[in-house]
Amino acid sequence: MYKYDEYDHSIVAARVEEFRDQVNRRLAGQITEDQFKPLRLMNGLYLQLHAYMLRVAVPYGTLNATQMRMLAHIARKYDRDYGHFTTRQNIQYNWIKLEDAPDILAELATVEMHAIQTSGNCIRNISSDQYAGAAADELTDPRPWAELLRQWSTFHPEFSYLPRKFKIAVIAADEDRAAMRLHDIGLQIVERDGQHGVAVYVGGGMGRTPMIAPLIKDFVPFDDFVSYMEACLRVYNRYGRRDNMYKARIKILVHEIGADKYRQEVEAEFAQVKKLGIDPPRAEFDRIAAQFVDPAFEAGLSDEIDRSDPDFAVWLDQQVVAHKQPGYAIVNISLKPIGGIPGDASSAQIDVMADLAERYSFDELRVTHAQNIVLPHVRKADLYAVWQTLREAELADANLDLISDIIACPGLDYCSLANARSIPVAQKIATRFADLGRQRELGELKLKISGCINACGHHHAGHIGILGVDRKGVENYQLSFGGSGAEDVSLAQITGPGFSEDGVVDAVEKATNVYLAQRTQGERFVDTYRRIGMAPFKEAIYG
Amino acid sequence: MKILTGNDLASGDVTWWTGNGWSRHVEDAVDVGEQGEAIAQAEEGARRVNGPYVIDATATPDGPRPAHIKDRIRALGPTVRPDLTLKPADPSAGSWVI
Repeated sequence: MYKYDEYDHSIVAARVEEFRDQVNRRLAGQITEDQFKPLRLMNGLYLQLHAYMLRVAVPYGTLNATQMRMLAHIARKYDRDYGHFTTRQNIQYNWIKLEDAPDILAELATVEMHAIQTSGNCIRNISSDQYAGAAADELTDPRPWAELLRQWSTFHPEFSYLPRKFKIAVIAADEDRAAMRLHDIGLQIVERDGQHGVAVYVGGGMGRTPMIAPLIKDFVPFDDFVSYMEACLRVYNRYGRRDNMYKARIKILVHEIGADKYRQEVEAEFAQVKKLGIDPPRAEFDRIAAQFVDPAFEAGLSDEIDRSDPDFAVWLDQQVVAHKQPGYAIVNISLKPIGGIPGDASSAQIDVMADLAERYSFDELRVTHAQNIVLPHVRKADLYAVWQTLREAELADANLDLISDIIACPGLDYCSLANARSIPVAQKIATRFADLGRQRELGELKLKISGCINACGHHHAGHIGILGVDRKGVENYQLSFGGSGAEDVSLAQITGPGFSEDGVVDAVEKATNVYLAQRTQGERFVDTYRRIGMAPFKEAIYG
Repeated sequence: MKILTGNDLASGDVTWWTGNGWSRHVEDAVDVGEQGEAIAQAEEGARRVNGPYVIDATATPDGPRPAHIKDRIRALGPTVRPDLTLKPADPSAGSWVI
C-alpha cells in the first residue's frame, strides 16, 4: 500500500481547510451557487436528487482495513448507514449535508483519503486491475505506475480545466479486468528487451458516443512515460472542443482527426516536453514501487481445500480465483445479493469486510469496477472461515460474472442526470434468475444497466446492455447485445425498439433462451451472439 | 398547476414552496402561477433554497402530484429504499411515484 509522504499529507490537509472556508462562505452568502458549484465539484460534492452526494476516491481501487472502517464510519455518522461502490472503483454517499462535508473530508484525511478530482474536467481517479499484485497472469504490479500517474495528475495546473473529464486505466495482464480500452487513456504495461514500458491506447470511452481506444504507441519506456502522458494531454487540451460538451471528450478528437494525426501531434509535442526533464528518476519510481511489494507470504502452504460443505464449494468455484502465490487465493465478495442494490453495502458490512481484510488478507481490499470487493491475498486454509463470516454478513452470494452480477448506475432513484431508474430493473432481472443453478447453466454473462446516455452503468460494454431512456415522461429501456469491456472489447448493438421495465426483463429471459438453444460447447452468451448474429435474438424478442 | 421546488442549501433536502416558506413535503406546495421565477430568484438570493425551479403538477385531493417521475421521486425518496423515503410506513407510497 502506498503511504502518504509529508507532501501528500500537507496538500490534502490544505485542501480540506480551503474547502471548509469555501463552504462557510457559501453558507454565509458570500458566494453564489454558480461560484460555489465548481469548487464543490472539485471536492467530489454533487447536488443530486435528494441531497448532496459525496464521491470519495479510492486510488486504483486499493484500500486498507483502517480506510475501509473509515468509510463505514462516514456512512454511519454522516450518511444513512450505507455507501455505494461505483464503477470508478470509488464510493459514493447519497445523503450528505453541505455543512458536514468539510468535517467528512477532514476525517478522511486522517486515513489518507480524499475526494479530490472525483469530479470536474480534470484527470479523475486512476483505475486499475482489482487483482493487481495478486494475479497469476500479470507481468508486474500496475499500481506503482498508477500511483506515479496519481502524483503527476494531482492538482496538475495545466490539466485542471480540460475540455472534459479524463479517465485513465492501467493494467499489466493480457486479461483486461479494468475495461482499459474504454478509457480516455488506457495503458497496458508490457515488456520489451527486458524493460517494462506501456502500450498506450487513447480515445476510448462510453457515454453518448462510445469508442474503443486505438493503439497510439505500442511501447513507451519508463524513462519517457510521464513526458508521453503529458504530451497526450497537451494535445487534447489544445485541440479538444470546448464549444460543445457533447463533443469535448478526447475520443471525439481522436476520432475526428484520426489516430495517425493524433499520434503525429503527440510525437511532436513529446519532442518538446521531453526537453523539460519532467520524467522522474528511476529511484523515485523504485521508492513508490517499494510500497507495493508482496506481503510476507508464507512458503510451503498447501493448495488443498476441504470442499465437503457443498454451499462452500459452490461459493469457492464462483468467487475465488487463482493467486500467483501457492497456498493463497483471491476472494471476490459479491455486492449483488438477489433483489439487492448493486454496489451498496451497509456500514456493518463494510466493517465486516475490513475485519476480514485485516485478519486474512494482509490488510488489503480492492474495489472493482464491477461494484464488488476483493480480498486479494487469502490463505486457502482460511477460505472456509472467510466464507462463514461473509455468510453471516449476507455477503456470500456466489454470482461473480453471472447474470445477477449486474453493474447498475444509481439511476433515477438518486441521480439528477438520469432519465430512468436502473436499480429496479437490476433487481427484477436478478430475481427472475435467482436460481443459482440456472445462472451457472448460463455461465459468464455480464449484464450492465445505465439510467441515461452518460453510461455510468457501462451498458455499451455489457454482453447484455440496458439503457434507460425517457419516452414522454415514461421510463423505457433499450436493449443491446454483444458488448465487452474485457480483452475482447466490443460495443453492444441495440436490438430495436425499447421495452417497459417488465418487458425488458422478459426480453432478457428470451435472449438467454436463444443462447441456451443455439450455443456450442464452451460458448458464452457473447460468443454465441457474435457467431449467430442479432437476427435469432430479435426474432425471439420481437417476434 | 405550477409548483416551485429546490434543495435546502445546508442540508440538501428537497423542499417545496408553501406560499410563505419551504416544506419538505410536496403536499404543502402551492400553485405559484406565473410568480415562480420571481419567488425563486428572491428565495435563492436570501439563501433559503438552492437551485429552485418551477415544475408542472396535478392538483389532487392529497395535494400536488408532480407531472414528471423525477420530481415524484424527489418528493418521496428512492423507490428502491422505502425505508429512506418520507413515508416509510406507507405501502402505497411507491405507487404514487410510478
